[in-house]
Amino acid sequence: MNPEMILFFIFGAVSLIGAIAVISFRHPIYSALSLIVTFFAQAGLFVILGAHFVAAVQVIVYAGAIMVLFLFVIMLLNLGTLSEKGALTGKLKGVAIILGILLAAQGIYIAVNALNNTEVGSEAAQEKAAALTNNPIETYDIGELLFSKYLLPFEVTSLILLAALIGVIVLVKRENQTEN
Amino acid sequence: MSLEYYLILSALLFTIGVIGVLIRRNAIIIFMCIELMLNAANLAFVAISRSLGQVEGQLFVFFVMAVAAAEVAIGLAIIVSVFKHRETINVDEVNSLKG
Repeated sequence: MNPEMILFFIFGAVSLIGAIAVISFRHPIYSALSLIVTFFAQAGLFVILGAHFVAAVQVIVYAGAIMVLFLFVIMLLNLGTLSEKGALTGKLKGVAIILGILLAAQGIYIAVNALNNTEVGSEAAQEKAAALTNNPIETYDIGELLFSKYLLPFEVTSLILLAALIGVIVLVKRENQTEN
Repeated sequence: MSLEYYLILSALLFTIGVIGVLIRRNAIIIFMCIELMLNAANLAFVAISRSLGQVEGQLFVFFVMAVAAAEVAIGLAIIVSVFKHRETINVDEVNSLKG
C-alpha cells in the first residue's frame, strides 16, 4: 500500500463522514461546520491529485468565503430555535434512503465501467498519467489556457457574478420598499 | 492509484447530497447538500483531468466554483427575504405557488 493510497483513504473517509454529518445534524450550525470539514478533506484529495492551485482555491473560496456566508445567514436568522416540522420520517425516509442507495450503486457501476474501451482507460492514458506524477499540471498551465483558449467562458463567468450581484441587490431593495 | 477510487468516492459524495435534499426540509441544509453535489462533481473533474493529463478538467472546476458562489449568494438572499416574510424556511411551509 503506497502513501498516496493511505492518504486517499484517510481524506476520503473524512470527507464521507463529514458529508453524512451534514445531513444528520439537526442544528444547521453543526451541519455547516461538518461541511467545512468535508471541504478541507476534499482540498487534501486535490493535493494528492496534483491540483495544488485548485486545492488552495477550494480552501479560500469554499471553506472560506462560501461557508462564512452560510454561517452568517444561519446566525442572522437564528435558526437554531426553529424545529424542522414535516421532516420525512419512517417509511418515506426509508424510501429516500433506498433510492439513494440505488443511485450510489448506479454511480459506482458507471465509475468502475467508465474506463473500459475509452480513451481514459487506454494504455496510453495510463502511461501519460504515470508520466504526469513526475511532471504535474502547474498553475502556469492553468493560467495560460484560461486567458487564451477559454477567455470567452472566463468573461461570461464575470457576467454571471455581476448578475448575481445585481440580483442580490434587487432582492434586498424590494424588501425595503415593502417595509416602508 | 487508479481513477476508479476517486470516481467511486465522487459518486458516494454526490449520493449523500441527493439523500440530504430528499430527507431534509430546512432550506439552508438543502443548499449545503447542493454544495456537496457540486463538490463531488469537482472531484470527478480533477481526477479525470489527471488521468487524461489535460488541464481543462481543473479549469472547469474554477467555473463550477464561480457559479456555486453566485448561486449561494442569490439563494441565501432569497432565503433571508422568505424568512422575513414567512418567519420560516421550512420548504414544506413555503408553498404559496402550489396550485
